[in-house]
Amino acid sequence: MPQHLRALAHTGSEVSLDVAPPVTLRAVVDALEARYPMLRGTIRDHVTGQRRPFLRFFACEEDLSHEPPDAPLPEAVSSGSEPLLIIGAIAGG
Amino acid sequence: MSNVRVLVGTRKGAFILTADGKREKWDVSGPHFAGWEMYHVKGSPVDPNRLYASQSSGWFGQLIQRSDDGGKTWHQPGTPPGEPPAAGPPKGVSNKFVYDVSVGTGKPLTTHQFYDGTQHPWEFKRVWHLEPSLTDPDMVYAGVEDAALFRSTDGGENWKELSGLRGHGTGPKWQPGAGGMCLHTIILDPSNPDRIFIAISAAGAFRTDDGGKTWQPINRGLYSKYIPNPTAEVGHCVHHVAMNPSRPGVLFMQKHWDVMRSDNAGDSWQKISGNLPTDFGFVIDVHAHEPETIYVVPIKSDSEHFVPDGKLRVFRSRTGGNEWEPLTKGLPQSNCYVNVLRDAMAVDSLDKCGVYFGTSGGQVYASADAGDSWNPIVRDLPAVLSVEVQTLT
Repeated sequence: MPQHLRALAHTGSEVSLDVAPPVTLRAVVDALEARYPMLRGTIRDHVTGQRRPFLRFFACEEDLSHEPPDAPLPEAVSSGSEPLLIIGAIAGG
Repeated sequence: MSNVRVLVGTRKGAFILTADGKREKWDVSGPHFAGWEMYHVKGSPVDPNRLYASQSSGWFGQLIQRSDDGGKTWHQPGTPPGEPPAAGPPKGVSNKFVYDVSVGTGKPLTTHQFYDGTQHPWEFKRVWHLEPSLTDPDMVYAGVEDAALFRSTDGGENWKELSGLRGHGTGPKWQPGAGGMCLHTIILDPSNPDRIFIAISAAGAFRTDDGGKTWQPINRGLYSKYIPNPTAEVGHCVHHVAMNPSRPGVLFMQKHWDVMRSDNAGDSWQKISGNLPTDFGFVIDVHAHEPETIYVVPIKSDSEHFVPDGKLRVFRSRTGGNEWEPLTKGLPQSNCYVNVLRDAMAVDSLDKCGVYFGTSGGQVYASADAGDSWNPIVRDLPAVLSVEVQTLT
């Protein structure tokens, strides 16, 4: 997770979540927000549910940002052997 | 002895500056929320330890922070740090600002005018200004971009739009200024709990006399040559409005160009720019004890947002406008090219009145003698977005 989200959630750069199958982007972010409610609205817009434009989802050397939110994540992510990365755009001043 | 606490919002965090009543030696605390844009931090007049802060970023959107101990610790209302997950739906809605689109309250709440003149849907971007209630520490108003007014009655945990403002019919004529279409000024009338003044760039000033249910534009007398009808009911780029609480019917306005005053709660306005070197600017404020003493910081022009002639000068009028004197003692008078944004000036209520302002160059200046002389409290903060002062007894 980006540094600012870690600071808000008072957690480290990596968190482990138990997610019931099917493990999708939506299910993972839902679980993250349930564990850390202070992150609600920071990754996805409260109203539209859309990913914030300066954030991307990477996993297994793939950009999953534009995958459907209900598509299954790679097996390596759902099994916990590879992380799902929430990346903030390198931008701004 | 009294103390003062100056709440500073910057492009990269918030800072809290404290001093005793002499206002000579300052403690600096911060950055709070380092790396975030802190548009506004303001304390409750009823409970000075209750502070509200608007925290936002282009990456992660809007957050609301609250302190109940004068800024020592903070939390997002409803989600204290370290709180174990509770049963039921997640909390964390203190950053949820949802426009009211209901038919009953709304009329056409759907679009406003965009930069290119086309109609554009309202989209929430950030909170510009937080105005705590004069009587209830759990009640606070939020002025947001795209322009709308929200209110929380539970300490900032949940927000509800006062949609009569957008619903009274002129919304489709409102348009964004260069900084966005923001509701940046909220003034609560201490003599009338049902009366609130707000201002929007670029729509103008509005007033409610029924606690926010219905609103009327109060822009008669404003002249804006950059809109098709310079005297239109709405469309004026009002930058800031100020009021002395002892005279709630008298308002002072810094418009895009022009400094104005109203003696009838905004029903009509007169120009009071007088001998100012330029009447473009952002801030305006009123002396705490002398309601005809007002302060502005003239900016060169709408295309050159810095002080004219390389000189940082606060201009003071002791006559309610028209006759202005430059205040320069302690302020840089050469090679200075900073701006002072609309919410970046405040006054304390000590005797003599303290005046404070922050610049785009990261300086926060204080005057403990009503503007006669100035000293920098800090010189090298990130660009200052807002300054508020609490007088603590």
